[in-house]
Amino acid sequence: MTEAAAPRVQLLGISKSFPGVRALENVDFALNAGEVHALLGENGAGKSTLIKIMTGAVRRDSGKMLLDGEPVELGSPAEARALGISTVYQEVNLIPTLSVTKNLTLERQPRRFGLISWRQANQRARERLKRLNLDIDVERPLASYSVAIQQLVAIARALEEDTRALVLDEPTASLDAREVELLFGILRDLKARGIAIVFITHFIDQVYEISDRISVLRNGRLVGTAPTAELPRLKLISLMLGRELERTEAARASGATVAPGEPILAVEGFGRRRYMGKFDLRLRAGEAVGLAGLLGSGRTETCKLVFGAVRADSGQIRFNGKPIAIRSPRQAVRLDIGFCPEDRKAEGIIPELTIRENIVLALQVKRGWLARLPHDEQERVAQAMIKTLGIATPDADKPVGQLSGGNQQKVILARWLASKSRILILDEPTRGIDVGAHAEIVALIRRLCAEGLALLVASSELDEIVAVSDRVEVLRDRRKVGEIAGGDVTRENIIHMIAGG
Amino acid sequence: MDRADNPQAIAVGRWSLGEITGRSWFWPVTALALIFLVDAVVSPGFFSIRIVQGRLFGSLIDVLYRGTPTALVALGMAVVIGAKGIDLSVGAVVAIVGAVMTNLIHRDMSPPLILALTLGTGVLCGMWNGFLVAILDIQPIIATLILMVAGRGVALLIDEGLIVTFRSDFFSAISTGEFLTVPSRILVCAGAFLALWVVLRRTALGLFIESVGANSAAADLAGINARLVKIAAYTLSGLCSGLAGVLICGDIRGSDSNNAGLFIELDAILAVVIGGGSLAGGRFFLGLTIVGVLVIQGLTTSILVSGLPAQYNMIVKGAVVLIVLLLQSRRLRQSVVGVFLRRSS
Repeated sequence: MTEAAAPRVQLLGISKSFPGVRALENVDFALNAGEVHALLGENGAGKSTLIKIMTGAVRRDSGKMLLDGEPVELGSPAEARALGISTVYQEVNLIPTLSVTKNLTLERQPRRFGLISWRQANQRARERLKRLNLDIDVERPLASYSVAIQQLVAIARALEEDTRALVLDEPTASLDAREVELLFGILRDLKARGIAIVFITHFIDQVYEISDRISVLRNGRLVGTAPTAELPRLKLISLMLGRELERTEAARASGATVAPGEPILAVEGFGRRRYMGKFDLRLRAGEAVGLAGLLGSGRTETCKLVFGAVRADSGQIRFNGKPIAIRSPRQAVRLDIGFCPEDRKAEGIIPELTIRENIVLALQVKRGWLARLPHDEQERVAQAMIKTLGIATPDADKPVGQLSGGNQQKVILARWLASKSRILILDEPTRGIDVGAHAEIVALIRRLCAEGLALLVASSELDEIVAVSDRVEVLRDRRKVGEIAGGDVTRENIIHMIAGG
Repeated sequence: MDRADNPQAIAVGRWSLGEITGRSWFWPVTALALIFLVDAVVSPGFFSIRIVQGRLFGSLIDVLYRGTPTALVALGMAVVIGAKGIDLSVGAVVAIVGAVMTNLIHRDMSPPLILALTLGTGVLCGMWNGFLVAILDIQPIIATLILMVAGRGVALLIDEGLIVTFRSDFFSAISTGEFLTVPSRILVCAGAFLALWVVLRRTALGLFIESVGANSAAADLAGINARLVKIAAYTLSGLCSGLAGVLICGDIRGSDSNNAGLFIELDAILAVVIGGGSLAGGRFFLGLTIVGVLVIQGLTTSILVSGLPAQYNMIVKGAVVLIVLLLQSRRLRQSVVGVFLRRSS
């Protein structure tokens, strides 16, 4: 390999762990000069960790990083920037109330006699914007411009004269089609100047429009890199959604026949403007319904609407045939519905409370605050759940924050089982759980279903969906696009429907 | 963060040192014991309790007697802090309640009715705070700052800008009288403690408050009405401050809107923190909060009986509080223990 052909940025064998989570495992990634390289993966796949390592915000545990063939050690984003690697993060990290000039010269204001020279600063800001062919009034506050312009200002801020690599984390998330075109025009221009661009997005269409190559991460591993032209949509989606549970998949086929009874919960035309398109959903006792779709397709949104965590503005719900309203989680809980949220730490566990208190919480809510469950009874319920679900803990009085991810998930499941829920909504039940506990949770879900619970399971792992579901609702772009049932529930069918085939 | 990952567990009998010192009660109780120990050495008569004119008398009783209003306020504060809030308005509530009480006494109403209306005023103040925090979603420190500032103004309006005095046998008896030789305010406080404990720990309200304090989003998804729970916490605090106000005004037999309960919120917050409460919310300890109050009041009394000039009071108090708080930090303890272990090995 000649010197000129060395990739602009090369990451070799990168691994990174955070407490309790293996974020990246032996990842290789090469970014060439003058290419737009799309980095794809579901939530928690390791995209952000990878770019943070590349831009000096996070230190790797092991592996090497080469910049134009030279090994580099990055201690901070400032060091990365000095070497010509810049980032524009997803949340525009500019200050909307300040002027464009102030935003662009925040770290280094030109000074005259020790005072800031605003004339010179404005000049400098205009020069920066000119690199993006942008001509706007730099003295107006940033907030007075559209999100797209703000995004471009953020890019202008990141771009130096000597920028060699630019990382864009979901730059198009809040842009409309015209604005995306504007941005892409600029990206093509930057590319032509030899700048290497990493483009993170979950809009598959945009990937095919702008990128030259694609890398896919899943569960902290690189599962594939290919030129965009050689990676058809179907192949890409199946790479993103993974294939890890083939054994469970086989096990499923044997017990797949469910006698469909009357639905406990029937949802019609449910939705919320700017949040989730209208959908229908039926949940029956002893039946597990999967929610499949890519990141941002509306899986979590569907769960939250049904549970009342987000209020629907259209449609109706029938519970055992009777029309009702679910306007809050409180009402849902009273109807024996339970919800295990995707973000366990933020929305699931109550870390300071003990395992016992976490488990009895929903049961206590149903009894009301006056009818406190006596301590002995709490202990009995908790111990029974610890035993049934195999929660690994010496006693029930340990703060739940000290348990591993898998055991925390079981505690939340226990919370709903202890309160005799008849409908369980599970959003990403195996997210962030190690492989052993993963299979265990999947088996547990099957068992609960066999015991007569009605389940709604949202997952980014396609194989998990196939393994647990009797019926699958397929979502795309915050709309339900179809339903697959019984023997037709296969990876291939789901992928076809997601891809729109 | 994790008790189990404490690498230096020194075994003492069947309990490890780490296990004992890691208990929430250990440091506050030790601090209180040490203060009393110093007192016993410095002033031999510290623990002697006599009956003078049909009333218990002694330094220990004095600590309890003087600590009572702060204890009441601190109990309410502990609940609010457990719900991840803070109540800066407690001193102002004391002033408002005092002004209302004085005003009603001058209207010749029956004392029990006055007591009920007065405590009701405290409850209303608490509900106002709860409304600002839970419904309008204002940050607790700002929300309660509003009443802290405006409250004394309200009290002054009621008092028409004067210090109004009164004579009331009923309220004097509650505040400065005695019952079966025990100062009655100590009994009032004990009763309030018991009532709070029953309301919080014999019902599920305490669990709900702690859930909301530790993780409001998760509590909400578990079906808890987080708003109502927060309002309940502030209301309890208002009620406690109201009762403290009754004692304080009964003591001075008047309403002094500018000074009644001034800075009491600071002692109350300190007491909660010494008692192991975290401003990050999620746990409250009623008993240990009382221990925290006794540490603060014990210090003040100790400095007085030790003959140290009174101007040292604040400095010594600050130093002791700092030491107790540092000792409670598990991380600091571990690194200190770590240094010793490394030396010995």
